[in-house]
Amino acid sequence: MAGKVAAPVAELTGPLAVLKEKFSEALSPGEFEGAVIKNENLVEVAKFMRDDLGYDYLSSVTGVDYPAANEVEVVYHAYSARHGLHNGKPLVFKARAPRDNSVVPSLVSVWPGADFQEREAWDLMGIKFEGHPNLRRILMWEGFAGHPLRKDWHEAYFEQDNKPFDSRWPGGHHTRAEDRVPLADNVAFPPGFDPTDFNSQAETTLVERARSVDVSELGQLVSSDGNGSGSGNGHIADAIQTDHLIVNLGPQHPSTHGVFRMVITLEGETILKLEPVMGYLHRNHEKIGERNTFIQNMPFTDRLDYIASMSNNLGYALAVEKLMKVTPPERAEYIRILMVELTRICNHMWAIGFLLNDLGAFFTPALYAIEERELVLDLFEAASGSRMMCNYMRFGGVARDLPEGWIEKCRDLVFNRLPKATDDLDHFLSENEIIRARCEGVGNLTAEQAVAYSAAGPLLRASGVPYDVRRAEPYSIYDRFDFDVAVRYHGDVYDRYLIRLDEIRQSIRILQQALDQMPGGGEIQAGKKQYQTRVPAGQAYGRVDGPKGELGFYVVSDGNPNPYRYHIRAPSFINLTALGEMCKGQKIADVVIILGSIDIVLGETDR
Amino acid sequence: MYGSGIIKGLGVTLKHFVATYIEDLRYVLKGGRYTDQAMPVRQGPRARGVFTVQYPEERLPVPENFRYIPFLVFDTQKNEDKCTSCGICAKVCPPQCIWIVRTNDPKTNRPVPQPAEFYIDATVCMSCGLCAEFCPFDAIKMDHDYELSSFERFNNLVFDKARLTKPDTYHAQIHPTDWAREQAEIAEKAAKDAEKAAAAAAKKAAAAKPADAPKPADAPKPAA
Amino acid sequence: MSQQPEQFQNDPMVPPELNNNLFITTLDKLYNWGRKRSMWPMMFGLACCAIEMICVAASRYDLARFGAELMRPSPRQSDLMIVSGTVTKKMVPTIVRLYNQMPEPKYVLSMGACATGGGPFKEGYNVVSGIDKFLPVDVYVPGCPPKPEALLHGFLKLFEKIESQSIRTVPWYRKGEIEAIPVPVLGPDLIDLRRAVEIKEYTQTQVNAAPAPAAEPAHS
Repeated sequence: MAGKVAAPVAELTGPLAVLKEKFSEALSPGEFEGAVIKNENLVEVAKFMRDDLGYDYLSSVTGVDYPAANEVEVVYHAYSARHGLHNGKPLVFKARAPRDNSVVPSLVSVWPGADFQEREAWDLMGIKFEGHPNLRRILMWEGFAGHPLRKDWHEAYFEQDNKPFDSRWPGGHHTRAEDRVPLADNVAFPPGFDPTDFNSQAETTLVERARSVDVSELGQLVSSDGNGSGSGNGHIADAIQTDHLIVNLGPQHPSTHGVFRMVITLEGETILKLEPVMGYLHRNHEKIGERNTFIQNMPFTDRLDYIASMSNNLGYALAVEKLMKVTPPERAEYIRILMVELTRICNHMWAIGFLLNDLGAFFTPALYAIEERELVLDLFEAASGSRMMCNYMRFGGVARDLPEGWIEKCRDLVFNRLPKATDDLDHFLSENEIIRARCEGVGNLTAEQAVAYSAAGPLLRASGVPYDVRRAEPYSIYDRFDFDVAVRYHGDVYDRYLIRLDEIRQSIRILQQALDQMPGGGEIQAGKKQYQTRVPAGQAYGRVDGPKGELGFYVVSDGNPNPYRYHIRAPSFINLTALGEMCKGQKIADVVIILGSIDIVLGETDR
Repeated sequence: MYGSGIIKGLGVTLKHFVATYIEDLRYVLKGGRYTDQAMPVRQGPRARGVFTVQYPEERLPVPENFRYIPFLVFDTQKNEDKCTSCGICAKVCPPQCIWIVRTNDPKTNRPVPQPAEFYIDATVCMSCGLCAEFCPFDAIKMDHDYELSSFERFNNLVFDKARLTKPDTYHAQIHPTDWAREQAEIAEKAAKDAEKAAAAAAKKAAAAKPADAPKPADAPKPAA
Repeated sequence: MSQQPEQFQNDPMVPPELNNNLFITTLDKLYNWGRKRSMWPMMFGLACCAIEMICVAASRYDLARFGAELMRPSPRQSDLMIVSGTVTKKMVPTIVRLYNQMPEPKYVLSMGACATGGGPFKEGYNVVSGIDKFLPVDVYVPGCPPKPEALLHGFLKLFEKIESQSIRTVPWYRKGEIEAIPVPVLGPDLIDLRRAVEIKEYTQTQVNAAPAPAAEPAHS
């Protein structure tokens, strides 16, 4: 394992220079395009960034473990979302702490969107965030031994630090991982552990937290009724004080869209507090990703947001291409755009269909939406070989050229079928009285809240913040297309539904332009395709506007065939930060549609 | 108006229902709706009415690029495995589900380009197709056979070499474009070899008339 | 459902010793036909495969053709659990509990590589390598994810299995209760209570082994 990634020290320019001037003591330039900030000044500097420099949107927080330097690092990426400053470029800054006493001040007070991400960094990396209101494990359960993303932490089936494993070739006699380990299973226990005399703590803190609702919050709920949320209950404070009811929804529940769980504290039918519990699909994507070679991660990204695998492919490819400094050829760029926009359509069709499911229109609207999705999946299958797990993009291109007849079929779909299908959905659903009655004014999120909670994608844009990565920091060839950033202003469930229809229409516009402009032939891969990609040392954050929101890949390379650190800024995960706030004061019956309107995919939430 | 949503919704279903019969009428002279000719239309962008594929009686055609579990190509002309056990597939495999034992010559103890054992653990395989994509010998390809359900997983779902090997005629049948590209490449290589040999022969016997080298076949554009 | 029930032949020439069973075989046919054509799966999705499972239930593949259109959200009303996706350690107690709540006769179909044997995520620290470590699986459908047709093929395979069962040998008409599977516990790692003693023995040997292996300290 190599230690620090060495790169020439960058001069502090632009907003960083402003920071340097103000906080000369606290700041030092890093060996990356950003600054390292001293822990004791971190909160103060962050406040200045947010208030004076306009970096109101904290996109990503993650930790990196450097055992060689005996240090852990927290990496922050902040953007300007509401003000649209700094050309959409991020402000990257880091905080460092020794490995054995890794304490970093929490930034939840500055950017509430840091909440879940800091908890994740604590859970997986063991970094303590001082001042965090609820620093508990988020993906693993309370009581799990160890912090798995530390470089020296190994699981039971651990075989080797890096793939490919030596046991596979040339003497690859097939053995099961079970046969290699002492307990013949993927489990490891601390020495002396006695399972016959053990009480699990996994649930206790959760219940305790659900019970400990501040009664003074009741008053707040009443006052929050005043700003037009509509369904807040105006008279709970006057009513008889009753016991609070704790309702557990999930992890197996038909309308949580997967294995997601919510612990809800109720006063009557009004929600006092909602605590999302996740990790039921935590598949250790990042740990496995750091063992994989760069190209091996590509099919794993498919399984993040498994409804939108093409977008995930693109995000990861962009991050690695940033490091490799390659650009795909023209035709490949167009193919990529076609694929990701088709993905967006499929995803939104699915999301709308299942939002209706959650509203009680059981499966019928979803059937029609899925039919359109199936037709798009046929295209994916023809081009990439799989309906869902496309694994189609490569660094500097795409895996293979489009098969014969693909473009014609795509044209037929994009020009003749999808616009009509979208209009149909709009026509039959948007003015439906039940949908309007149940969705309007429910689950409100104001623009300020949305930005503060680092909400992304349709959730952010439905709250009146026209922030779209495709426009703010155009990647690939999005600057060539004429499209509007869809935006709605009420920030309720209904607007989140409408904005998905708007986005489908914009995607169709982009697709039509792309199909018209696309070159008929040419290269689809820059350079020679290699099974072991050489990626120069460095770090890159590649982000795309996926159907769920801003999907970012933070990749640190130390020049080896495997990424040193591989982190995913998952929009489904971070969008959930706002869920508790959105549900407060709402009725329990509306929880499922509020969740449905965020549109999460658990593969991405839990990774 | 209250209730209009319900009427509208029922209208959708009715339209769908009627469209099915109208579609049926369109196919009445062409041998019915459930034929291979009708399939691409009624499952394509112009599909109307009922959308169901009557599996297992009828199947959606799988595209050539479709990938499920890999298989090994057996060269029926040369009567040998195409695999040379170079190990690239095992190295590129993301979940590391490919296991290869290289053959060693018993006398010299040097590797022979042929696998002694080859396993793919179908309970680990993620059907990503990287092995087939990066195989330099076109020896491993992605199979189209998806009907692999089994009552047991320890013997049935760890595929050994015997189970994985399939003749190249099967490969040609399910991957026609890919097969044409391979054949063109082989022909091209043969032509080049012949040219080289001819050139060498010409050099050797400077006076002799060089043999006619076969023209490289008109190769279609490679698929990848 | 581990034991293989007797096979009955459809031979019109029934040997004399089978005379008494003739009625049973006919009844079996009716019984199994009824059961296999009203297989209600549980509405239970874990990961990527669940999306393909939903597609199977949707209009193109239409699970309703097999009499399985009713996906029940409650385990009490379902006959079949389709384990569709990666089984994580955090989730497995819930899955076992759901399985215990299903009434007999119940079947488990393991859909996809992950549920079958851990799949691509097998090496992960939070992944159970195969649901059959906890539940008796009837049919395994490999693939990542299985194409909708592949899941339907799994269904047909399950029907085959149901057809081979006999009312005389099925465990749910026998005397005595069918024991529930103990729900695993989330400790420092996943504890399979059926193996608690074995685990204890092993961790004791770890203590006795001179330098303790570098196990992670429990979180503070």
